[in-house]
Amino acid sequence: MSKAYPDARGRFGEFGGKFVPETLMVALEELEEAFHEAMQDENFLNTYHHMLREYAGRPTPFTYAKQITEELGGAHIYLKREDLVHTGAHKLNNAIGQALLAKRMGKTKIVAETGAGQHGVATATICAKLGLECLVFMGEEDMRRQRLNVFRMELLGAQVVPATTGSKTLKDATNEAIRYWVANVEDTFYLIGSVVGPHPYPRIVRDFQCVIGEETKTQAKETFGRLPDVAVACVGGGSNAIGMFYPMLEDDVKMYGAEAAGKGISTSKHAATITKGTKGVIHGSLTYLIQDENGQIIEPYSISAGLDYPGIGPEHAHLANTGRVTYLPISDEEAIEALTLLTKREGILPALESAHALALAFQQAKSLEKDNVIVVSLSGRGDKDVHSIKDYLEKRL
Amino acid sequence: MSENNRVLEAAQNAPYPLFIPFITAGDPNPEVTVDLALMLQEAGAHIIELGVPYSDPLADGPIIQRSAQRALAQGMSLSKAIDLVPKMREKGLTIPVIIFTYYNPVLQLGEETFLQRVRESKADGVLIPDLPFEESESLASQAKSLGLANISLVAPTSDKRIDEIASRAEGFLYCVSSTGVTGVRDHFPPEAYTFIKRVKESTAIPVAVGFGISKRAHVESLKGVADGVIVGSAIMKKVEEVYGKNAGESELDQIKAFVSSLISS
Repeated sequence: MSKAYPDARGRFGEFGGKFVPETLMVALEELEEAFHEAMQDENFLNTYHHMLREYAGRPTPFTYAKQITEELGGAHIYLKREDLVHTGAHKLNNAIGQALLAKRMGKTKIVAETGAGQHGVATATICAKLGLECLVFMGEEDMRRQRLNVFRMELLGAQVVPATTGSKTLKDATNEAIRYWVANVEDTFYLIGSVVGPHPYPRIVRDFQCVIGEETKTQAKETFGRLPDVAVACVGGGSNAIGMFYPMLEDDVKMYGAEAAGKGISTSKHAATITKGTKGVIHGSLTYLIQDENGQIIEPYSISAGLDYPGIGPEHAHLANTGRVTYLPISDEEAIEALTLLTKREGILPALESAHALALAFQQAKSLEKDNVIVVSLSGRGDKDVHSIKDYLEKRL
Repeated sequence: MSENNRVLEAAQNAPYPLFIPFITAGDPNPEVTVDLALMLQEAGAHIIELGVPYSDPLADGPIIQRSAQRALAQGMSLSKAIDLVPKMREKGLTIPVIIFTYYNPVLQLGEETFLQRVRESKADGVLIPDLPFEESESLASQAKSLGLANISLVAPTSDKRIDEIASRAEGFLYCVSSTGVTGVRDHFPPEAYTFIKRVKESTAIPVAVGFGISKRAHVESLKGVADGVIVGSAIMKKVEEVYGKNAGESELDQIKAFVSSLISS
């Protein structure tokens, strides 16, 4: 069934795999073995769940969006509040898990990539807490756009290194983090931020994010006595989405992933990987990606830095191919509309990433019966985005 | 057996150092790439690695990255790089040519088309740095049936994988000197020599060391340890310098002088 992946070769159907330089192959094998052992070890799991509870603030609330539900007049809308996780997004769930794994493997240094800075901040946070040395690669362009997050990481004791190659954004920061790992593989753990990269990363990150969907199932049963009819999440690399979807793959729940359509999928300014991408290899994994006819990777665009990634997790590519999950494009404009609505009606300022999921959920809600229930993964809070939102709204005037 | 052995033959017949230079197709432009290949043959190269520029070269350091960016800006692609080989042959290049490319461009062209094009162009082998043997089964068997050498890499971290890799090696075995990306290194750690010796013992085919070879002293220190060297970044750095300014004397002569200083005793 759908839940059986990845297989022994690290594939989700045809997607995934390990397309990396030989230097990393043994490190990936060791990581896979260590992860497998850790997940069988009760002490490890207890520590992970203890930290999720006492440090990250889980379980996160399950909030009924009453005003919006009434205004749209369709299905009931519930929000899974990952924006209330410590540091402001779901990213910490995974960072805690991988940092504990790094410690268990005896690694003393952590290297990570970050786009807008959310994963970088989560990684720097857990490294501060666990006493690990932390190096974060961030595109020079992103460092300029997200200066406060750079400062935040530095305050947490991390070293932030600008990625100055290519377009100087997330793709390039990931390249640099992998290159650094290749050179320092003996003592360094690469703490990847999404369900991307070579096997076993997509699986590791998924398993550490599944707490989102598991809590949602429990809370749904407690709140309205059954599972939701529909689950919606935004997809850049796709870690919050897979965390929400995976525990429900074998349940009777319809699922939608919202990918960034930027200025529109008929323009070149988008990050709609499933809608517009083709099969290819990026960062060690076979998946869908945005590229030209010669196989050169094209820089994507989205108002949301967290969705601004040319690839997508290989498991999402597989779920799209089998039709289990439907991926639809949401534009900057639609995301901003949804963000504004949630802020005004529910008093919750969502991250621009999460606003894509909200927009898709609101569209679906209208066409559903009133007794249906939609759950949205509210993956992060929007405090980090106020400048971008302000700029966008001012330009629109 | 197949013509696969043209690479093996060249590697086996070379006196130390078996010299395998790497050049990026299209940097500074396609015409110069052809000239560089011929100059390198004249300077004593035994095999040429023709590098296809890629937007996201994970195994490469800053010099090759910049070189790739310059070549891509000229519109270079996998197809166009392969098309350079017949031009080199027309002008008198006789030594084997290996097409070095990341996997994604190959995937877009299709493995079969790619290998057929390589074969038709009269190139002799392929090297795909992000395709470990676990992922290369279909490509390796198709390459074999077309008589193309599929060059394998072995790294200092390969450890228990060394024998498996060595058993699949064709042409020559590419031994990565030390962990990290391509690019100039000042010196190699002592354990590099232990590792290279172990690789050498694992295989009957020639072993060439790459990643960081940039000085005469490196080439000398590997004598008796490996069979040869692969030099990429050091050459492309020279190309960047020489073609980046309006030098009075011939650019090719300057690069040839540098290459000769590396390998001639």
